[in-house]
Amino acid sequence: MNPRLTVVTAGRVLRQVLRDRRTLALMLVVPVVLMCLLAWIYADGPLFERVGPTLLTVFPFVIMFVVTSVATLRERTSGTLERLLTTPMGKGDLVLGYALAFGLLAVVQGIVVTSISGWLLGLDTEASAVWLVLVVVASGVLGTSLGLLASAFAATEFQAVQLMPATVLPQFLLCGLLVPRDQLPRALELLSDVLPLSHVVDAATAVAQQVQPRGDLATPMLVIAGWIVVALVLGSLTLRRRTP
Amino acid sequence: MTQDAIEIDGLRVTRRGRLVLPGLDLRVPTGQVVGLLGPSGGGKSTVMRAVVGVQEVEGGRVEVLGLPAGHPDLRHRVGYVTQAPSVYGDLTVAENVSHFARLLGVRDPGAAAREAVERVDLTSHAQSRTDALSGGQRGRASLAAALVGAPELLVLDEPTVGLDPVLRRDLWGLFRQLADDGVTLLISSHVMDEASRCDRLVLLREGEVLADDTPAHLLQRTGAADAEGAFLALVDEAAA
Repeated sequence: MNPRLTVVTAGRVLRQVLRDRRTLALMLVVPVVLMCLLAWIYADGPLFERVGPTLLTVFPFVIMFVVTSVATLRERTSGTLERLLTTPMGKGDLVLGYALAFGLLAVVQGIVVTSISGWLLGLDTEASAVWLVLVVVASGVLGTSLGLLASAFAATEFQAVQLMPATVLPQFLLCGLLVPRDQLPRALELLSDVLPLSHVVDAATAVAQQVQPRGDLATPMLVIAGWIVVALVLGSLTLRRRTP
Repeated sequence: MTQDAIEIDGLRVTRRGRLVLPGLDLRVPTGQVVGLLGPSGGGKSTVMRAVVGVQEVEGGRVEVLGLPAGHPDLRHRVGYVTQAPSVYGDLTVAENVSHFARLLGVRDPGAAAREAVERVDLTSHAQSRTDALSGGQRGRASLAAALVGAPELLVLDEPTVGLDPVLRRDLWGLFRQLADDGVTLLISSHVMDEASRCDRLVLLREGEVLADDTPAHLLQRTGAADAEGAFLALVDEAAA
């Protein structure tokens, strides 16, 4: 592992993403549009306040998952990965470089989407907006890490996109948005305890309902951090210098 | 310093259930241009992948510049061009090449990239995205990315495929110049008329070395007029 190579990789990935207007729009414009729609749907009721913070954190997770899984799959299938692994680049450098690049984009995404939701759409949380940004960014980075790992299980970009509904939608059903997690059937509750998106929703709920969310934020944020580390380690282990 | 840049003994490789190399022995002398010729599917790419250390091997020994193939110390010293050009389509030629220069820790990546792009005669397209280039131009961009760190050994998998005769001649001129500077080159091709440009020829068919000789001696031995004739004569000889 070499921090210089991680930074070189992150710079290269960022340069590629910044050149791709559609991907930028998917990351920055689409979540804003979704939040606007949500505010409009719930224009005359209290539901936007209740569901808004949660969905605000779920959208970046889904979007960063798709963008990262397709971007890293392109590296795996284009022959550049084989070429990179004959250079001094380590497997960890490559995975961390991708995580760093998309993590930075997740930070920008989190700040943009949270700011617009707060100022323009009047989305209000009990805790300060800084906490909300923190959860949104953590959610985006989590999506990035899981997308990096998921790309190992796809052979084509088509398959990578298919992974999204297969892995994200079940988490969406069980994350506590439709039915609070402690009211789920016991087996599903236990399952939802280990799924990463559940903890994103727990964190968002803490920020939405408590002025001082620190206490209830610690556990979900630790679980999210754990998932990020596990996904990145597994993601770099799935890279093989020698292939059949 | 070892006398041979590459030493392969008893290399055995199975790919997708097919025994590609049953037990290959090969020597590539330092500072020479060695052509790896033969029909596609004969195992050329597999040998090259084994030399750069990305091929899973079942058995045998592959030593490169005195170290086991794939050794971390070799990654600064061996340049590799894959058969399909491996460059980023959404980056320019200059950006691609300087990226590899940075990975290799070259002091001035921009200048090193400019020089490598110049050597493959792609300066006029340096600022073009590689997905806007022709296949031959992309291949040369890929070659520039392999030249950039001044490697001691270059492993080039069909670097001249799809190029017009003038460019092919120029590239072989470049390969010769590199060899004169002490670089060892292992170059695969299925174009037999490129054989005469090599110091040594290795004819590979169905994972077996049919011949490993100088071009002149090979023609003399088989009585053939060119490399293609020599190849056919050797196939017939092996069948007889």
